[in-house]
Amino acid sequence: MSVEYENYLRMNKFPHYWCPGCGNGVVLKAFIQAVDELGWKNNDIGMVTGIGCSSRASGYVDFNTMHTIHGRALAVATGIKMSNPSKHVVVFAGDGDASAIGGNHLIHACRRNIDITLIIINNWIYGMTGGQYSPTTPTGTIATTMPYGNADPDFDLASLTIGAGATFVARSSVADPIILKNYIKKALTHKGFSVIDAFSNCHIQWGRKNKFGDPVKLVEHIKSVTVSAAKAKKMSPEELKNLFVTGVLYEDKDKKEYTESYFDMVKRAQSQTKGGR
Amino acid sequence: MKRAVVANGNEMVVEGAIDAGCRFFAGYPITPSSEVAEGMARKLPKLGGVFLQMEDEIASIACAIGGSLGGEKTMTASSGPGISLKQEGVGLACIAEIPLVIINAMRGGPSTGLPTRIAQSDIMQARWGTHGDHPAVALCPGSVAECYTETIRAFNIAEELRTPVYVLSDAFLAHLSTKVELPGKEELKIANRLRPTVKPEEYYPYDTRFGDIPPLADYFSGYRFHVTGLNHDKTGFPNIDPVLQESEEERLINKVLKRQEAISTYENYKLEDAQIVVVAYGSNASGAKEAVDAARESGIKVGLFRPITVWPFPSIPFQEVAASAKQIIVTEVNLGQIVYEIERIMLGGRAVTEIRNGNLIFDTRHPRSSAELSTVLQANGTPIRPNQILSQIKEVA
Amino acid sequence: MRYELRFSGVGGQGNMLAGMILAEAAIYFENKHASYVPTYTSQVRGGPTKADIIISDNTILYLEANSIDYFMAIHPRTYDMYKSDSKPGSIIVVDMHMVQVPDEDKKKFKVYELPIVETARNKVGNVITANIVSLGVTAKLANIISPESLFKAIERRVPPKFLDLNEKAFEIGMSLVK
Repeated sequence: MSVEYENYLRMNKFPHYWCPGCGNGVVLKAFIQAVDELGWKNNDIGMVTGIGCSSRASGYVDFNTMHTIHGRALAVATGIKMSNPSKHVVVFAGDGDASAIGGNHLIHACRRNIDITLIIINNWIYGMTGGQYSPTTPTGTIATTMPYGNADPDFDLASLTIGAGATFVARSSVADPIILKNYIKKALTHKGFSVIDAFSNCHIQWGRKNKFGDPVKLVEHIKSVTVSAAKAKKMSPEELKNLFVTGVLYEDKDKKEYTESYFDMVKRAQSQTKGGR
Repeated sequence: MKRAVVANGNEMVVEGAIDAGCRFFAGYPITPSSEVAEGMARKLPKLGGVFLQMEDEIASIACAIGGSLGGEKTMTASSGPGISLKQEGVGLACIAEIPLVIINAMRGGPSTGLPTRIAQSDIMQARWGTHGDHPAVALCPGSVAECYTETIRAFNIAEELRTPVYVLSDAFLAHLSTKVELPGKEELKIANRLRPTVKPEEYYPYDTRFGDIPPLADYFSGYRFHVTGLNHDKTGFPNIDPVLQESEEERLINKVLKRQEAISTYENYKLEDAQIVVVAYGSNASGAKEAVDAARESGIKVGLFRPITVWPFPSIPFQEVAASAKQIIVTEVNLGQIVYEIERIMLGGRAVTEIRNGNLIFDTRHPRSSAELSTVLQANGTPIRPNQILSQIKEVA
Repeated sequence: MRYELRFSGVGGQGNMLAGMILAEAAIYFENKHASYVPTYTSQVRGGPTKADIIISDNTILYLEANSIDYFMAIHPRTYDMYKSDSKPGSIIVVDMHMVQVPDEDKKKFKVYELPIVETARNKVGNVITANIVSLGVTAKLANIISPESLFKAIERRVPPKFLDLNEKAFEIGMSLVK
């Protein structure tokens, strides 16, 4: 059954803002398909974004949406979720937004395990501001602020968020949109903080400087640097070097979700006669 | 029925917030405002509300903004460096028109400065701290009891005007315990934001059909809308049309300016026949009152003008006072902040009542003040003593 | 009538609580106006602290103590830091094992040198009660709040299981003043 995308999009906001061939649309489409399959109502979904190309996503979807300030989407989303714990809250962010300026909020949202889904559109570059290197820009590649090749080591955002306490972490890419949709669907239904590290192509700001100015070639390149978890199992550490493993990389259904922990504490407080002077 | 309690300024801020209907707080520990967070942490869970200690100051204000969009009356509190960090969130609340109360227990600075000591150094920050043109409302309680009443008023203004409101207390007031008499709960006026009554498909978050302060729907209430920190049109979506943006920027500022007569409260103390006018605010005004009393005993015609709202400054009431004064003494626990506003009003003899098509509209009813201006300023971490102010009064008498 | 008291010491000694109890005794049990202003540093234990208490029959306008009638110092550092606001002829109480009062000060003020901490440790049996010993001394010397009111204020603040210990400390404190 095909998805009636018009039911989820603010059609009067199109054509969209993204460059032709941009991966952002692929990720947004996968997300809408997942929402549609889950049968969620528009009224019950909140989408919060920060600043960056990917953060414009909140303007296109017909949900309760907020386009906040750079890096702070997760902190705003935490406030929205805590005031409406029964509703679904989703954050779209770019790699810079999520892991550089918003890095502190990222690790603490993971630690709390609050029931928010974070979809990181990880295209290895600051696109909107003109192609400056981000924490996930591959070492050695060119960016406007690394014209001689990136000297910085790059972040593995899946390892980072697993280490910080997220309870569902999956990685996929725009090269596998159906798999991406399936992971997003799992993330949305997961009770706790879920992260999708979605590799995407910015052929304009990263690609053109690194011989991948053609979007198809860049998507091919993304395929070549990713390997599924099933295949990875059969490979040696030497073979896995410089490759990113895709798949559901971590899932923990036992760790208590934060709004539940919080409102359990509220019950404790309300049953105590002392302490609330 | 009046209530008497023994409490400090931070505790009274907490009481005021709770009685104003605040059920959502996000903060980060910092001296000397931490007891506000501690008080909210004790009270909110019992009331089923949300208390969050966030990972940093920026997250705290961002989270409070989220909670406010979620439909709650929300507050954050901090001091010194923490207030500096919150500035980008202040701007977001201004432009997106999200009600929010920010408590600033002012301490010495810049930087880490004098964390446990008094200052009134954030007056200009409260006006101009975040970047860009924006409205500012800042209330400055002068006593522990006013920490309660002004916090309630801050929530009322935030809700009614859809804008962030500062309560500027200070390290001295925050930790000063004394007996306070509070108004009875039945006397309290509690305001709530205007919520839409139109059908969801007719709702726009910045729709001025019903006045210059549009109704604000709660997220998930069936009114789906978009909020952004970008300049936007009535639908909430980004817009860069210069004509629209001029009127929207002006509306943001005018919604405060046009209500300044109601917002900009002040106290006139022994001013009837005063030739010398002392201007003092916050906890510093108590020492100024004592100095005025002492000077009156020796026959000097002196009084005190105390702004309770510092932004927007009660310019017109001050003009009236300044017009007949011979000497004006500004005293503040900093090295000169509100004195510049005083000087501006005295020299121009004018107060800004509105901004219209790029022009500041002045109230020209009052002449320039011909009074001489002097100051008693101090920024060493200790309160200004009454005798310092008294000797300046005697100096100019 | 305005009476100003200052309790000083270092963080952890309980001087701030003693000041708060004094202000509360005035407000709750003697129907007076009172204020309490603590001053401390970021050093939680061992940093200089003071608590200024103003007691008055009338509304108190200026809330910082600056003409002190009764100053108590349980640490040499705070004796030097905070004595300057004491009125000539006013009362100064120091812990005799902690603070060396210069002769010139003894001429200027009514100085009492008492073994406060030692009394708490050895006679009461718990050094933590030094602040309550101080309140006992203050009840006798300052003569501004009645011992009955002060003890009622102590009762409000201390956990019931330590009430006996604190009552003992308060009484021994009063007996230190001959």
